[in-house]
This record gives sequence, C-alpha cells and structure tokens, in this order.
Amino acid sequence: MNNSESGFRHGVAGNYAFFLCILAAAPASAASSENDVAPLNYFLHSYGPASTPTMVLGWVFAALLIAIFSSIALLLVWAVFRKRPAVDPRSIGREDEGMPWIYIGTGISTGILFALAIYALITLNAIANPTHAPALTLTVTGYDWWWKVEYEDDDPTRSFATANEIHIPVGQPVLVKLKSADVIHAFWVPMLAGKTQMIPGLANQQWIQADVEGVYGGQCTQYCGVQHAHMSLEIVAQSEDEFRTWQDAQRGEAEMTAGINAGKSLFLDRCAGCHAIRGTEAVGAHAPDLTHLNSRRLIAAGLLTNTPDHLAQWITHAQDLKPGARMPSMALTATELNALSAFLSTLN
Amino acid sequence: MKDVDQSTPDVSLSRIPEVGFAPIGSPAERRLAELWESAPGWRGWLSTVDHKTIGMRYLVTAFIFLLMGGVEALIMRLQLARPDQTLLTPEQYSQLFTMHGVTMIFLYSLPILSGFSNYLWPLMLGSRDMAFPRLNALSYWIFLFAGIFLYASFPLGEAPNAGWFNYVPFAGLEYNTGPNIDVYALGMVLLGISTTVGAINFIVTLFRMRAPGMSIDRVPILVWGTLTASVANIFAVPSVSLAFFLLWLDRQVGTHFFDVLNGGKPLLWQHLFWMFGHPWVYAVVLPAMGIVSDALPTFCRRPLVGYSAVALSTMATMLLGFGVWIHHMFATGLPTLALSFFSAASMVISIPSAVAVFAWLATIWLGRPVFNTPFLFFAGFVILFVIGGLSGVMTAAVPLDLQLNETYFIVAHLHYVLLGINVFPVVGGIYYWFPKFFGRMMNEALGGCRINRASLPT
Repeated sequence: MNNSESGFRHGVAGNYAFFLCILAAAPASAASSENDVAPLNYFLHSYGPASTPTMVLGWVFAALLIAIFSSIALLLVWAVFRKRPAVDPRSIGREDEGMPWIYIGTGISTGILFALAIYALITLNAIANPTHAPALTLTVTGYDWWWKVEYEDDDPTRSFATANEIHIPVGQPVLVKLKSADVIHAFWVPMLAGKTQMIPGLANQQWIQADVEGVYGGQCTQYCGVQHAHMSLEIVAQSEDEFRTWQDAQRGEAEMTAGINAGKSLFLDRCAGCHAIRGTEAVGAHAPDLTHLNSRRLIAAGLLTNTPDHLAQWITHAQDLKPGARMPSMALTATELNALSAFLSTLN
Repeated sequence: MKDVDQSTPDVSLSRIPEVGFAPIGSPAERRLAELWESAPGWRGWLSTVDHKTIGMRYLVTAFIFLLMGGVEALIMRLQLARPDQTLLTPEQYSQLFTMHGVTMIFLYSLPILSGFSNYLWPLMLGSRDMAFPRLNALSYWIFLFAGIFLYASFPLGEAPNAGWFNYVPFAGLEYNTGPNIDVYALGMVLLGISTTVGAINFIVTLFRMRAPGMSIDRVPILVWGTLTASVANIFAVPSVSLAFFLLWLDRQVGTHFFDVLNGGKPLLWQHLFWMFGHPWVYAVVLPAMGIVSDALPTFCRRPLVGYSAVALSTMATMLLGFGVWIHHMFATGLPTLALSFFSAASMVISIPSAVAVFAWLATIWLGRPVFNTPFLFFAGFVILFVIGGLSGVMTAAVPLDLQLNETYFIVAHLHYVLLGINVFPVVGGIYYWFPKFFGRMMNEALGGCRINRASLPT
C-alpha cells in the first residue's frame, strides 16, 4: 500500500484492500507511518522484524482459510442444488455410504492444519527473540489510564521518566519491560509487535524494533476501566542522532525562566502531589512527569494534541473530557490559569 | 417399577433397565400417580417436576434472556454508531457489555440447550422422566433465581462491570468498590450449582434409565452432545465456581487469593476462569451440533452419514477441549514452549469439527433435501460453523493471536461461533420440534421470511 491512500479509504474499503493484498501479495512498502494509514492496521502494515513475520503468516493463513471456506461453501451449494437421479420418493438412503467424504475431508483438513501449525511455530520462534542484543532497555508501566516510560541508566542522574510517548532509535531492537501499577493493562503497538499483558506482580517483557522512521500508534488492549479506550501511546522512531539529542534533552532538568514564579508556586501548591518536574520541589509519582511536557505531541494519553489551549482545557475540564480519570478538573480563576499556563509553557 | 423389596443395589457395570409394571388400581399405581402427577392449581404449577414443563420453562426463560441480551447489544451499537457519542456514560457502557456477555453466555446459550435436552432426553431415551425429577426442578429454579438476581442489580446501576471475563485486580475490591462484582460472583456460584445438578441428572438418566434396546450405538447425536457437555460441565464448573468464590472471599473477608500486595496472583484468576471457559465453549456448541446431526438428516431424507464418526468426534472435542485454555492467555507472557503446546492443541481440536462438517456435507450430498425452514437454518449453520471454526484456527496461531487477541477479530470470531453454532441450530430446532412441543405445525411461508431476516446481519 502506498501512502497516498487516505485513512478513510483504509477504513471503508478495507475489504477490497484485503483481497487486493491477497491476490497481488503486495508487500507493505516502507510507507510513511505518519498516521495517514489506520494506525492499528497490523494486517497490511508492519515496520519491524518483530511483526513482519506475523503479518506474512496472517496473509498465508487468511488466503488458505478463505480458499478452504470458499471450497466448502461451493460444495455445500452444489450438494444442496445438484440434480439427483429419480428414485422412489419413499426410499431412504443407506446408512453405510458416504464415509469417503469423512475420510478424505478430514484427511485433507488434518494435513493442512499440521502444515499451518508448523509454519505458525516457526514464526513464533522467529519473533520470540531479536537477532542481536537490544540496544536500549526501557520500562513501561501501565497506570489508570496512561503509560509511564522510564529510561534507565547505570548512572541514576542520567535516568529519566516521561509519559505516553516512547522514543526509540530506528533499526535497533529495543527491550521493553512491562509492569503495571494497578490493574492488568496490555501494551500493543501493532505495526511493530504483538501485544503483551502488563500484570501486577509479574515482570513481563517484549521487544520491538522499527526499521522505518516515523510515529507508530499503540493502545491498551486489556479492558482496564472506564477510560480504557483513552489509553493510547505513541512510539517515535528516530535516527540514532536525533534519538541521542532527544535523550540528552530529556535527561536535563526543567529550566526555570524569570517571571513565572506565580505559576510555579501554584503548580507546587496544587499539582505537585501527583506530578513531578525535575529541577523543582515537585516530585509526585502518581501522574505523568511533566519536566519536558512540551516535547510531547499529545496529552492525556493520546486524547488531545498538545497545544496551550488543549492543555488549559485539560487542566480545568479533565473530568468532562475523560470522565473517571485520576486527573481532577481544577477550579482555577482566569488569572491563576494564565499563570499556570505561562509556567507550563516553559517546560520544553 | 420393580418390587419394593429389592433392596440390594446392583453394582455391576452392565445397565439393568428400570422397568416394571404396576397394575391399574394397585397401591403401587396410586403411589406412582401421587408421586408423578402435578397437583392442580398454582401449587402444582410451581411444584411440577414434569421434564416437559421444565424443559419448556428453560426454553422460554432462556429465550427471554436472549432478547434482553439482544437489546443490550443494540443499545451498545447505538452508542458505537458514531465516534464520541454520549448516549451512555462509560460506566453504563461497561455494565452493558458485561451483562450482554453474562446473559448470552450463562443465561442463554447453555440453558436453552438444557431446555431441549430436558424436553427431549426422556422421550429419546424412553425413560419416564429424568432420573431425579425434583433435582431437575431445583436446577431450573436456581437458574431462574440467579438470572433475576443478576438482573436486579441493573435498575440499581450496580450491575457487573468488569467484563464477563472479570479479570482481577480490576474486579477486586480496590478498583471496584460497589456491589457489582459481588452480585456477579454470587450469581455465578448459584448458576454453577444449577449447571452441575443438571449435568448429573442428564448423565444418570442416560446411564440408568434408557429403554431396553437403546444401545450406545443407537442414541441420538443430541444425546451424545448433551452427555459430553454434561461431563465437561461437571469437571469445568468447579473451576469457575471456585474462582468466583475466592474472589468473593477476597472482597468480603479480605483473603488474599488475588491480591498482589499480599502474595496473591492475578494470573491465577485467568487460569481458573479459562480452564472452565474453554470446555464451556464446547458445552454450549456440542448439544447444538447434536440438534443439527439429528434433525438435518430428516430434511435430507436419509440417515446421517458417519454416525459413529460424529459421535466419536463429539467425545474427542470434549476431551481436547480441556487442553486448550491457554489460547485465551497467549499474551500473558508465558514461555514460548508452553505457548507452542497449547497452540498445537488448539489446532488439533479443529479435526473433530472437520469430521462433523464433512458428515453433514455428505448427508446433504447423498440425500434429497427438502427446503423446509429448519433445513435452511441448518444449511446456514454449516456455513457459519465453518467461518467460526476457520477464524478460530487463525487465533490458535500464537503470533497471529498476539495481534488478534482483544480486537474485533475475536469479537467477530466468538459471535460466529455462538450465533452460528448455537443460535442457528436452536432456532432451527425450535421449528423442527415445534409440532412435538405444541401439537401443531408452524407456518412455512413465515418461516422462510424468518430465515431471510436472520441471515441478513451475517
């Protein structure tokens, strides 16, 4: 599929795309993944070695099973409507005939199933581990309803945390350790890998790798409460240099410019119980780390794009936008909101 | 009826038919009438143990639950018709989709088959009634009570809300403080009693009360299906009853079975639930497949092709059905070797289904079909069965399942299975046995309209 096709076409004409794909066995070319394709369309798009074998497996299974279905459907229609020799209408068929149907039908089915099972197990083996040691290890923790992303370093001062947006270097395997802070969530970035549950008390992990630069959508796929639908994340695959630059920037503490003291004290007073900003006294650990808030594309776990207007709306009307979320709708006067917004706008 | 003084129980494994003769007017005959006749009036209506009445009650009650589950589905589809609609709050939606699943799976799909089996089982086996008629009535009343109990939570806005799979810790007290989950847990324990009692009744009736000459190679496939479903229930239901009871203890008295901070294991819930859940899938499809195997040949004007093969495939499906539960849990981070075993087992379980499909195809091919309404439902069933089964093969492949799991693909797969393999045979079976149930035929022209409407969404 090429990227001139709109997301709309993918949604509405999904069936046609599906059959075209089967017929032409068109490989998913390295399309831009800037969300002009349906972000969760794992059947037609894969951008890494942890998911491509699965996508091909899916095509083979789908093609073969559709062929089997068509044959059986044709056979049924034929069996129902075929012309029959005239016989005495009161006669009934013999009890012992027809067994070859079962022998042949079951024999063929068994052969195909064994072949498919072996192919599936080979694929499972291929995606179980990366070909070489992961270049980067990070920890993603599921919270109701957002993702904490921690980049650890042997030197603790170089470790940092962010939220809902994972940056990875392109072309390299990345090990993702998966934890949960509350209920069971599941980490799924369909164009890069299958999903893995994040189970409290268990240390799960999976690996991902993006071979093409771009932004890949992800979504929680285990029902985890009323805002389960609004628990998405993004993976940003960047070149090695861009990734290093981003990582170095994220390691830094927030820079405090002059003239924002009113907003800062308001933040420390009202927000710091849950949110942290490195470089200030705000060290709350129940909500996203906001040290480099403005470096992120989205807020509220993918609900809104990160603009000053959206941020102000989110702060004052979180419970209208995402009912049940842990973030309260803050009651702020216009002056307070302006001061807070001014402070937050410095968190680059 | 045998002489009363035969007090030593016969412990041999051979079946001795419990038949006898009570002369008209004898004390034995009066005692029998007293035992078996339903009393007149409302007391008799409430206390009847007649398997036909109870069977019909199962059918009607389960059908009402089917309609309620259908209404829940329609409300959900309205909410989903366009993005970001506000017809339902997230909490209402959670309760609706949970109750839709609970209703369709526990209050419709097995009870409706119990209805068929209850009504037809003694008639097919040639026994007077079920082996334990009062237990049979108990089974129905507990089912009805559990259903009403579960639904009573709806008007209070406290219906179960953690999905029918009810994963902990989300269903635990820490994240679900209302009575919602307690209602679900107690309802499921009650339903477990009803199902277990019913299953024991079916098995004992089959083994002890068949008419003379009803040898094992002559029982209808519906009987095979209900037998295997009942055996599956006896072994599977304890798992889920235990799981819900442990959860209820966690919530009510603070035990720590699933509570991570105190050494509990959330993954244990998934194991217990699916150890029950997967055999249950076969419990709600095998009797329905039996309906098709018994009724389809009538409209093909020939006996079923491969009776023994189909009967054996029914047994094989049930046995294999106990070894595949992990395919609901491929994404929980289990080691590759374990995944491989359960993946292979899940593929193997398609083989007995293939036997049944080719037996039906051969029956139609070699027969001379007449296109009455039930035949149309059964032919449609074959198509839906194949779609449901083949999509199941895709989910049995671990790498594919890691993508498909928890998506609309699974929703579609399980609806093909439950709608195709349960609802179509049930509706066809109602058309087929309606004259038996009510002593009159149904209107064939209206039946044709019905199948057209039913086929539309599929």
